[in-house]
This record gives sequence, structure tokens and C-alpha cells, in this order.
Amino acid sequence: MESNLITEDKQKNKLEKALEILKTMASKPSGLIGLTIVLFHVILALISPYIAPYDYKAISPNTMLLAPSAEHWFGTDSLGRDVFTRTILGGRTALTVTFFGSLIALLWGGLLGIFCGLVGGKIDDVVMRVVDAFLSIPWILAMLLIVSLLGTSTEVLIPALGFFYGKGIVRVARAATHDVIAKDFIVSARARGHSNMSIIWNEIIPNVRDAILVEGAMRWSWMLLGFSSLSFLGFGVSPPTPDWGLMISNARGLMSFAYWSVIAPIVGLSSLIIGINLTADAFAKALGIDRSTKAPV
Amino acid sequence: MLLLILKRIGLGLITLFIVSLITFVGVEVLPGDACTTYLEREAYGAALDACIKRLGLDIPAYERYLDWASNVVRGDFGYSLSGEMPINEVLGPRVKNSLVLASVSILIGIPLAIVLGIITALWRDKLPDIMISTITIFSMTIPEFISATLLILIVAIWLGWLPGIVIIPSDATFYELLSNIILPVVAISMIMTAHMARMVRSSVIQVMASDYVQMAILKGVPYWKMVFRHVLPNALLPAINVVALTIAWLLGGVVVTEVVFNYPGLGRLVIESISNRDLPVVQALAIILASIYVGINLIADLMTLMLNPRLKSLQIRK
Repeated sequence: MESNLITEDKQKNKLEKALEILKTMASKPSGLIGLTIVLFHVILALISPYIAPYDYKAISPNTMLLAPSAEHWFGTDSLGRDVFTRTILGGRTALTVTFFGSLIALLWGGLLGIFCGLVGGKIDDVVMRVVDAFLSIPWILAMLLIVSLLGTSTEVLIPALGFFYGKGIVRVARAATHDVIAKDFIVSARARGHSNMSIIWNEIIPNVRDAILVEGAMRWSWMLLGFSSLSFLGFGVSPPTPDWGLMISNARGLMSFAYWSVIAPIVGLSSLIIGINLTADAFAKALGIDRSTKAPV
Repeated sequence: MLLLILKRIGLGLITLFIVSLITFVGVEVLPGDACTTYLEREAYGAALDACIKRLGLDIPAYERYLDWASNVVRGDFGYSLSGEMPINEVLGPRVKNSLVLASVSILIGIPLAIVLGIITALWRDKLPDIMISTITIFSMTIPEFISATLLILIVAIWLGWLPGIVIIPSDATFYELLSNIILPVVAISMIMTAHMARMVRSSVIQVMASDYVQMAILKGVPYWKMVFRHVLPNALLPAINVVALTIAWLLGGVVVTEVVFNYPGLGRLVIESISNRDLPVVQALAIILASIYVGINLIADLMTLMLNPRLKSLQIRK
């Protein structure tokens, strides 16, 4: 982490470094598999509205619970909707919600963590107590409470997920800041008379960025898990929206004879979660951060 | 040492106090109070008045909080709106059911995790490790509701070995429960075992690379004696904390598993109370689940302290 101190030609270095990290990630089979899966899902999410063969909300009594065939690759569900269409569009929902959710989590978690690490003392103590208290409420209870009181739209879900999954990032950012803050280059920046803002921006953020990004990548997969669990329980996005958790929960009752409508979203969701996990692991390893001894909090 | 233990307990209590504030303030700040939320469209006239009276919503919020908190400390969680009975009576059988499910899963999961973790560490990057590690990654990352659904699909529907959906009255006896919880236990312990096995694996690998193990090898200590005498005690110690956090984290996953299997435990009560908009029960559950989390962490901290003489003189905060 310490190696990426700021140099003069950092613009050029940044791109090179990013490429290098990607190369390191892809050099191991697990990282390559993870990257491929994530890339596949992202591309599919981008093009799915254009390649979807049917209307995702078109209900038709004539095509109920058809087995997979040439017309309906993954069969149809209990309302006669094409499972293939809904599956590829489901990835779009999941990726959009969790991407923006992770972004919010990274921003507020990272900034608050850095702030706490910097100021220390009483403020730090109080904030960390509150974060600990939030950590001890099971995520599912908190999320359910928020969405049941505020409603289940994406406008509520994204900030709620972002808020809730950011609290773990606070800890990581704070710990990383603590490590950096005692280093000589901070002291010398202070001695040069740099302002606090300039120190945060030029010295601290570049040095804690890796740890926070790795944490954010892990949070992304947990957020996806949390989001789809919410949908599955009926507290996520509302019905006509194509969503994997929702599809699994709807098709579950009929899976004794129409297993196809439950298998397709299961494969979609599992592969994306595994892909993100493998990628995050490879990302952490490429940056030299060991996550294997961390608990899933 | 005693001071340290007291300090830990104090910190735990402070955390619980903040949790109670958060849930209370959260319900207070979010739109709608317990009565209008619960009654929805019928929230007017006599019904609303009666409900407001019952919950004491007509008195100021801070007084209500003090009332509620002092009752909770004495073990009285208040009154369930949807069940129309004291929350304690609703909770009783649910707590028991969840305890049975959790303890059976833990009893199976922890030993299995330790064995798997050791195997994967000792045969690192060989076939047993690659196979077990792949399986653990799968069972760790796949959401509970998917693994549970797949278990029902494969074991109950395709193979027909076990009943898929369990219908248990919430006051079932211990024996009735045991015969019906095989699939839920498998679903829960699968994830738990995977997390812990990974932890044990990396811990063992770390210790194997340490100087004193190298020394033991050079001294000619027999391999298995070295593993059991020098490696395991040191490797399992840091695992205790992670195990605790994993168990506590699973509280969320247990909710989903209980819903999938229709198991009448605390987890399903979470969903039921939220669907019924029964906020007093939700508040009670938040405090109970948070206490379990804090309690497990406290026990783990204390165990680590007792078992590790080096930590006794240090004050290490996670």
C-alpha cells in the first residue's frame, strides 16, 4: 500500500497501474474466471433491453408454465412470461441497484472513516460506538424496517442499502487512516504548512484508497446478496420488475413441476455473486491485502 | 484482568443502549407512528384512540422511551398489536425453536469447519484443498434462500427423501422439532462451516510458516505431533473471534432460511411482525437480536482473553 506514494507523473502512472492490477488479477485462474463472469453480466445488463425476445411484463394465459423450447429458451413462468427475458433483465436491476448502493456506501463510509481516523479523541469514540451499535443490529431487520416504513422503491432501496452497508467501510477506512497518519510524510506535510484538507486529499486518500476499494468490492457482493434476499422476502423491488430474488420467490411454490422458472434466476444470481467475490478476492490479492482472516461483518 | 472484563461488559451495555436508542428514534423519526402504521386505513376514531392509549403514544417520546427501556430491563417487552397478547408470550416458543436450530447447526458446523480447515491447510494447493475450497467458496457466496431452495428441489422433490416444507406448530416439542430440522440445519451449517473453514485454513497456514513451527520441524518433532501440539492451539485461538462474528452475522441469514423452510423461529417472527407492521414486536426483536450479537462477541472476547496469556496484560480492541 505504501508503494503508491505520489509522484510527479501520476496521471500516466494511474492508467499503467490500473492495467497492471488487471493483469495480476487475470493471471490466476480464479481471478480470470471472476473477471470473465462479471464482464459477461455487465455486458448482458447493458444490452439486455435490446436483445430481450419478449416483453418482460406481458402476461398470457396461453403460455403458462411451458417447458424450455426453441421459442422460450428457459420456458415460461406461472403468468406466461418468458423466463429468458426476465432473467437477462433481472441482472440489469440487480447490477444497477447494487452499483449505486456500493457507490454511496463507499463515499460516506470512506469519508467518515477517514475523518474519524484523523480527529480521534472523543468524536471518534462516539462515532465508533454508534457504528458498532449499527453493526450489532442484523442487517435484515434494519433493512426490513426501513423499507416497510418508507416503501419499496429503488429510490428508497439504493440509499438504504448504501447507508447500511457503509458502516463496515467506516471501520476499515478508519483503521487504514490510523496506519497512515503516523507516517513521516504526513508529519513533513504538516511541517511544510499544508492545510488539513490538502493533507487529506493529497496524502491520506491516495494511501488508504486501496483498502477502502477492496472493502467496497466485498460489500458489493454482500449488498447483492442482501438486495436479492429482500426481493425474495417480498420487501425489495415491486412485482412487475424483472428481478432474480422476486422470480425465485414466485416460482418456488411450483418448482416441483416447473423447475425451469426457478433454475434460471438461481444460475444468474449465483454466478454473478460468485463472479464478484472471485474478482474482489483477486483485486485484494493484486493490491497485496489479505482478507482471508476477516469475518463477514 | 478483572477491570478489562468489566470494561468489555460495560462497552457491550453501551452498545445495547445505543441500539435501543436507534430503534426507538428510528421508529419515531420515520413517517407514521406505531398505531397509524398498524391500523393503516382504519386509523381514525375509537380504534386509533384505543391503540394510542394502549401504547401510551399520548405521552412525550422521552418519557415513553424511559418507560419502555425500564420495562425491557425488567424483561417485559410490552404488548404485541397483531397477536393481541404480551410480547413475551409471543417470543417464548420462538426463542426456543430458534435456539434448537442454531445450536444443532453450531454443534455440527464448528467441528466440521475445524476439520475441513485443517485438511485444506495441511494439503494446501493439493487436490483435497482445491476440492474443499471450491465447495466452500460456493456455499459461502450463494445466498441462503438459493441454497435452501436448491436443497428442497433436489433432496425433497427430485429425490423425495425428506419433506420439503416443514409444518411445525410454534409450540412443538423438542423431539418433534429435531426430526424436522434436517434440511434447515444443513442449509445454515453449510454457510457457517464454509466461512469458518476458510478462517481456520488461513490461520493454520500462517502458524505453519512461523519461526517456532520451523524450529519444531528442524528439531525433528514428528509431523502429527507438531500439528497437534504446536500448530493447532495457536491457530485456533484467533479463530474464536471470527467464529463469533460469523455466528452473529448468520442471524440475518437465519431469517431467510426460516422463511424458506417455514420454520417457526425468531427469524420468521421478524418477517411476520414487519408484514403486520407490529412495531412493538420489531423493537423487541431488534433489542433481542442485538443482545445476542453483543453477547456472543463478549463471550468470544473473554474466551480469547482467558486462553491467551499474552493478551491478559494488553488491551487490544478489535
